[in-house]
Amino acid sequence: MKASILALGFATVASMAAAETPVLTVLTYDSFVAEWGPGPAVEKAFEAKCACDLKFVAAGDGAALLARVQMEGAQSDADVVLGLDTSLTAAATATGLFAPHGQTWANTLPVPYSDPDFVPYDWGWFAMVYDKTKIATVPKNFEELAASDLKIVIQDPRSSTPGLGLLLWVKAAYGDKAKDIWAALADNIVTVTPGWSEAYGLFTEGEADMVLSYTTSPAYHLIAEQDDTKAAALFDEGHYMQVEVAGKLAATDQPALADQFLAFIGSDAFQSTIATTNWMYPAVTPAAGLPEGFDRFRPAKSLLMGADEAAAVRDAALAEWQAALAK
Amino acid sequence: MLHLDHVVMTEPGFRLTADFTVGAGARVAIIGPSGAGKSTLLNAIAGFLRPAAGHIRWGGRDLAPLGPGARPVTILFQDQNLFPHLTVAQNVALGLSPDLRPTKADLAAVERALERTGLAGLGARRPAELSGGQAGRAALARALLRARPLLLLDEPFAALGPALKQDMLALVAEVAGETGATVLMVTHDPKDAQGFAGQTVLVADGIAHPPRDTTTLFADPPQALRDYLG
Amino acid sequence: MSHAPGAAVIAALVAGLTLGLAAMVAAGAGSLWPLPADWAALRFTVWQAALSAAFSCLLAVPVARALARRRFAGRGALIALMGAPFLLPVIVAVLGLLAVFGRSGVVSDALALAGLPPLSIYGLHGVVLAHVFLNLPLVTRMLLMGWEAIPAERFRLAQSLAMPEGAMFRHLEGPMLRAVLPGAAVVVFTLCLGSFAVALTLGGGPGATTVELAIYQALRFDYAPARAAALALIQFALGAGAVALGWAVLRQAGFGAGLGRRLAVPAPRGWRLGADALALVLAGGFLLVPLGAVGLRGLAGLGDLPAGMWAALGRSVAVALTSTAVTMGAALVLALAVARGARGWRFIDAVATLPLAVSGLVLGTGLFLTVKPWVRPEALALPVTVMVNALLSLPYAYRLLLPEARALHADYDRLAQSLSLRGMARLRWLVVPRLARPIGFGAGVAAALSMGDLGVITLFAGESGATLPLYVQRLMGAYRMEAAAGAALVLVATSFALFALFDGIGRRAAP
Repeated sequence: MKASILALGFATVASMAAAETPVLTVLTYDSFVAEWGPGPAVEKAFEAKCACDLKFVAAGDGAALLARVQMEGAQSDADVVLGLDTSLTAAATATGLFAPHGQTWANTLPVPYSDPDFVPYDWGWFAMVYDKTKIATVPKNFEELAASDLKIVIQDPRSSTPGLGLLLWVKAAYGDKAKDIWAALADNIVTVTPGWSEAYGLFTEGEADMVLSYTTSPAYHLIAEQDDTKAAALFDEGHYMQVEVAGKLAATDQPALADQFLAFIGSDAFQSTIATTNWMYPAVTPAAGLPEGFDRFRPAKSLLMGADEAAAVRDAALAEWQAALAK
Repeated sequence: MLHLDHVVMTEPGFRLTADFTVGAGARVAIIGPSGAGKSTLLNAIAGFLRPAAGHIRWGGRDLAPLGPGARPVTILFQDQNLFPHLTVAQNVALGLSPDLRPTKADLAAVERALERTGLAGLGARRPAELSGGQAGRAALARALLRARPLLLLDEPFAALGPALKQDMLALVAEVAGETGATVLMVTHDPKDAQGFAGQTVLVADGIAHPPRDTTTLFADPPQALRDYLG
Repeated sequence: MSHAPGAAVIAALVAGLTLGLAAMVAAGAGSLWPLPADWAALRFTVWQAALSAAFSCLLAVPVARALARRRFAGRGALIALMGAPFLLPVIVAVLGLLAVFGRSGVVSDALALAGLPPLSIYGLHGVVLAHVFLNLPLVTRMLLMGWEAIPAERFRLAQSLAMPEGAMFRHLEGPMLRAVLPGAAVVVFTLCLGSFAVALTLGGGPGATTVELAIYQALRFDYAPARAAALALIQFALGAGAVALGWAVLRQAGFGAGLGRRLAVPAPRGWRLGADALALVLAGGFLLVPLGAVGLRGLAGLGDLPAGMWAALGRSVAVALTSTAVTMGAALVLALAVARGARGWRFIDAVATLPLAVSGLVLGTGLFLTVKPWVRPEALALPVTVMVNALLSLPYAYRLLLPEARALHADYDRLAQSLSLRGMARLRWLVVPRLARPIGFGAGVAAALSMGDLGVITLFAGESGATLPLYVQRLMGAYRMEAAAGAALVLVATSFALFALFDGIGRRAAP
């Protein structure tokens, strides 16, 4: 009896809360919600048209997002998850926690991309970034890199999405030869860091000649720091892509708002904030075009495995990587 | 009246029995060889050690349920009778106000006790700034304020010179006289017993013997005392 | 034997939180036998932690001894500054070390001038170097307190007996070292067990994988709670084993109450003076040059700090102060109960050390799973951070308090009892003044540990609740390395200020 009165009380409070402004909760990674990230501008623009309260919940880095979704399961308060990438979407779909998005807006990715559960909001090419003033001969592919005595810093595929991206890049470009590439690269690798920021920090400290990052990284230095010394090495075997996506949770209590948000992602208001806040390519090129520096390093060839393929090769590729580097 | 009623103290390899009474206001020396259990006896009366059997009574009341602070006892240890981080006045004030919130009247009483024990003007010092004799006086000043009916001395003046020790014992006698306290004093020195205590308890061979008149005892010492005196 | 209901409740709470939360992670998924790669990780983890503990302890002895027996201008500042590496966020410390020992650091530059190849810091030696950098100051401080606790009278006695230095070492300093070093070694060993950013970054590759990294991977990347639980259990067994081992060899040095703490340790002249000077110069250089590099990098970034940093700083300080209060309260109650041998003190003693053995990552995940059905985790970000930080710093505070609590009990308990000095009055007039030094130092360590901690907040922080270490990480994650260095300098300076504040209060209040 007591319990049911209590439950009634809670239900009343809950419905009172719901009667006020509806809240859309978006689970995302840390740097999205930072004051210099896309979060604040996106929140302002969306709230201006949705008559709702958009709330971002940050859950560590991109890799931790999926773990968080799985940990919370169907009880999650989140309505939308923003920040998974294509190396994780197969696992995300397999949880059964996501609902089809039903969006029809077209993206402008360099390769065809569509997924019934996820819409892309930005993307980038992985690349080795270096300092133009320090390197004379820039390798044109992984084989040349391995043959050179350039020192590189990479990220661990077991704890970071760029690290996993590199693993898939080498696999996509070299297939069965991937393990030879890793063996040849071993003496170039100064160290492997747990995440992107440690690797990039080591690079800027001069610990390595090159670091695994994105083709858009030099644009950051150019635009935000007026520093034109950084460049991305263009590899002729192509560059693996990272596509960052958002999806609607099946258990959302705000399905209409969630759909509205996924549609908003395709709009110019959202897309025009991405380039200089997330330092990635917007999924839909904004009407005003891209900022300076975004056109400088455009690989001729893009590599991207389908979600299922990426999931299928991951464990074997990881074992190859570990075996080649663990000496 | 202090009554040790078939008290048995045991520790591994050690056993001490005591069964006697001490009259109110008496001054009793406790003498005996090292390790015989003199301090053990005092610690049992003060409440730090629990008898294995028997009862310790004061004025007919069993002391067993009372903690050390609640017993009608003031004890002076061999050393560490003063807290080194508190001033002399604070150390003495603990005798009246265990939570160190002395009233104005308490503070006046502390001043008088310090004067009375020859420590006038030294209240603001720390124990480290006192001589050995002054530290003993401070402890006695506190005993004076506590005015408990039983004063136990566990050789607090052992490190002092003979003249100074006589001064201190005289002060103890005054304090005891003023508060009407019964004094039990552990000592190694037969002269202390003869000069200060009307009665003496001999502790030897696992027994704390009933108190006897000090003069008679030393006039015709039993074998155990004779062995000790050499 | 007396009862200690307060201590029993706290001990039960600590045991419940550490073991219960680990069980929470393990629950629902059963357990799983570790993979071969995990055994390799286990071997590496134990080996690097053992080496780090051994070198930290070995090197700390001459340094602490030199500090104990020499007086020179700047000694106090050196002791204080030596606390700083322990307070650095890991990645900042690594970057500081690299400025000295890295491929383009000052040592490599000097080697290049001589025509030699650059130094390679990457590998097991680099991991150990970084761990020694982080932990040497802590061990030095623990040993220094040990030396200061040897009563001056003992040294005077030894000198009056014309005891040669070797004999003095055997009879006075040896027993103190036997009492302090095992505890210090256990602390360093368990700290290094949980290392993963240092180990991976400086280890040079996947060969330098630690169990903590495997837990991180299982929990945050693969979401395989069963595997994480199995690994966490291994980690826990390692830590608990180390704690038990340290406990078995732990000796209580039986020094009575000394009179004051003036310069007690004899200071021999001659070559020993030179050796002491050398130890101090080497240790000072090793610790302070990388710190200087951190400072320089940070100064450049100070002009570039975003406004949000100040709010993050405020949150961090609030969290640090609260968790310090909780830690010190709990540690004091536990140490006093154990010191007086209250009923179940062995259990209490073991439990107070237990959090050393458990990974912050596992604690955080357990808490997350526990609170999730009831409240939104981000609403609890700061309280949970306070709780976990308090829990994780409890063993340090407790270990610092215990020896002095025991001395206090041995020296003054009977007097306090005979005077009915009890409860709050006893706390105020006896315990706090007599224990002011370890309380101050312990509070300093707890506050600094809490300021620098990052483990749990990442699981719980929402849109706004970022603490300063998380904020630094977010800056680094957004290319803003300079601003991150600036914010890290603010973090270090604040941690250090809190540490120095508490430590200074303790030293001033000590009799």
